Amino acid sequence: MARNALSGSRIRERRMSLKIRQADLARSVGISASYLNLIEHNRRRIAGKLLLDIAQELQVDASQLSEGTEAVLLEQLSDVADAQLSTTVDPELDRAEEFAGRFPGWAQRLVAQKQKIEALERTVETLTDRLTHDPFLSTSLHEVLSAVTAIRSTSSILLEGEELDPKWQARFHSNIFEDSQRLAQTSQELVQYLDDGADDQSNNMTAHEELDAFLAENKFHFADIEHGKEIETVIAGQTSLVSETSIDMAGAFLRQYQEDVASLPLDQFLAAAQEVDFDPVVLARVLSAPLPTVFRRLAFLPPDMDVPKFGLAVCDASGTLKLRKPVGAFTVPRFGAACPLWPLFQAIMTPHVPLKSTIALPTDMNSSFHTYAFGDATIATGYDAPRQINAYMLLRETDTIMDRQAAQSVGISCRICPKGDCTARREPSILLNTFDIV
Amino acid sequence: MGKSVLLIEDEPNIIEAIGFILSRDGWTVASHTDGATAVDAVRKTVPDVVILDVMLPNRSGYDILKDLRNDERLTNLPIMMLTARGQTKDREMAQEAGASCFMTKPFSNKDVLSTLRELAGG
Repeated sequence: MARNALSGSRIRERRMSLKIRQADLARSVGISASYLNLIEHNRRRIAGKLLLDIAQELQVDASQLSEGTEAVLLEQLSDVADAQLSTTVDPELDRAEEFAGRFPGWAQRLVAQKQKIEALERTVETLTDRLTHDPFLSTSLHEVLSAVTAIRSTSSILLEGEELDPKWQARFHSNIFEDSQRLAQTSQELVQYLDDGADDQSNNMTAHEELDAFLAENKFHFADIEHGKEIETVIAGQTSLVSETSIDMAGAFLRQYQEDVASLPLDQFLAAAQEVDFDPVVLARVLSAPLPTVFRRLAFLPPDMDVPKFGLAVCDASGTLKLRKPVGAFTVPRFGAACPLWPLFQAIMTPHVPLKSTIALPTDMNSSFHTYAFGDATIATGYDAPRQINAYMLLRETDTIMDRQAAQSVGISCRICPKGDCTARREPSILLNTFDIV
Repeated sequence: MGKSVLLIEDEPNIIEAIGFILSRDGWTVASHTDGATAVDAVRKTVPDVVILDVMLPNRSGYDILKDLRNDERLTNLPIMMLTARGQTKDREMAQEAGASCFMTKPFSNKDVLSTLRELAGG
C-alpha cells in the first residue's frame, strides 16, 4: 500500500468519529459516495482542493489527513517491530501503514512506550555498569573494603587471646584507629558523592523522591506560605519538582500547610507552645485544635528558631508512609516498609486515642525520642462505607540518659536493624548472620 | 625453615596484619606494594606461594598474573588472588588469568591461613 494512500483511512476514521454519513460527506464536497468510498479504502489518491474541502468538512487541518506526519511515525513503528521481544506472532510489517493511518493514537502510544523502555534500559545499564566505569565509586568502595579488611584482620589478632608483645599490641591499636578514621572519611565522601549524583539525576527520581527533596530543601518550613504568599508562586520558585505528579503532590502538601497556618498562625501557636513546653496534646486542648494540625505545626516550625526539633511520620491504613520528616538519628525509610514496632502503627489500631511513649534505636546509643502517635479516622459516610485512617507520629529528641534507659527499642526497618531477638522481624538484616522467621 | 610467601598488596595495615599472622604460623613473609615491578619481584624471590591483590598501583593484578603464568618457571606457582569484589565476573577473570584460588575482602585470618597451607602443601 502506498504511503500517501493512508489519507483515505484517516478520512474514514475522522468521518466516523464525527458520525457523518459517507453519502452526506460526499455530497457536501461534490463527489459521489462510491468515489469517496474508494478514497476511504485507499484505492484512490487524494490531494489538492478535494483534500482541503474534505478537511474543512471534517474540521481538521488538511495536513492531519495527508501523509506529512506519517513518515516519522512509520519509521518509529519499524523500530518497534525490530525490537527483540518474545512474542509468538511477528508484527504485520506490511500493514504498519494501515495501522498508523487507522489508529494514530495507538501507534504513537506504542512508539512512546518503546522510547520509554529504551530510556529505562539505558538507566539500568548505566547503574549496572557504574561500579565498573565510575572510577570514583570503584576506588572508594575498594578503599572502604580495604580498610574493613585491615580492621577485621587486626582486631582478630587482638581478640585471639594469645599474649602479644606490647609493642605489637600498641601498633595494632594504632592501625585500627588509623583505618577507622580512613573508613569514616571515605564513607562520608562516598555518601556525599552519591547524594550529589542523585541530585544530578533528578530526571530519574520518582514523584515521591522529588517531593521529599523539595521538602528537605525547604527544611519542611515555608515562610512564604506563613506570610500569605500563593502556593503557585512558591512552587514556581523551586527546582526540585520536575514531574506533574510531584508538583500536584507538593500543591496538596502546601494546601494543607496553608490551612494549618490559617487555623494556627505562627506567632499565636509559638506563644502557646512555649507556655506548655511544646506538649502536643496539651496544646491541642489549649488551642482547641485537631491533634494532626498541632503535630504538623510543631514539625514544621522555623528550622533556625531556638525551639525543640520534631520529626514526623504519617501513614495511611495500609501502613504506607506518606510523609517522612527525620529528626536527629531517627530517619524514616525511603524504600520498603518501616519497623512494625513504631507507635505510628499502634495508632492505626486505636484511632482517636493519643499514644505517648519513648523509643530508642539499637544503632544509636546516644539518643532517644518521645513519640506522640495518633490515628485519625474519617467518619463513615454511610452503612458499610470504608473508613479511612491516617496515623501520625510526632518525635521529639530527649536529652536525658534516664529516658534512654526506659525507652522501648525499635528499629528503622528490618533490613538495617541489628536486633537479633525481634519477634516482629519480617526479613533478614544485613547486620545479622542468622535469621529465624518467628 | 618454613615456607615462604610473597604478599603483593598496597595497603600497609593489611600487609602488617597478614604478615604478622603468617610469620607467627612459621612462614617467611616478604611483601611488595608496586604493581609495575611485581612480576620482577616474584621472579627474583620465587616464593612457595604468592598472595596477589587485584587493585594495585600502576598495574592490575590480573595483568601481573597473566605475565607470571606466561613464565615457564612460574606456571605452577600457587597464587591466591585477593579482591575487593566477589562478583562472578571477577571470579571468572581470576580463574581465566590463572589464579590458583580467589579470596574476597574482607576475609578472615583463619581462612587465609588454611588456604595458604593447602596451597603450599599441594
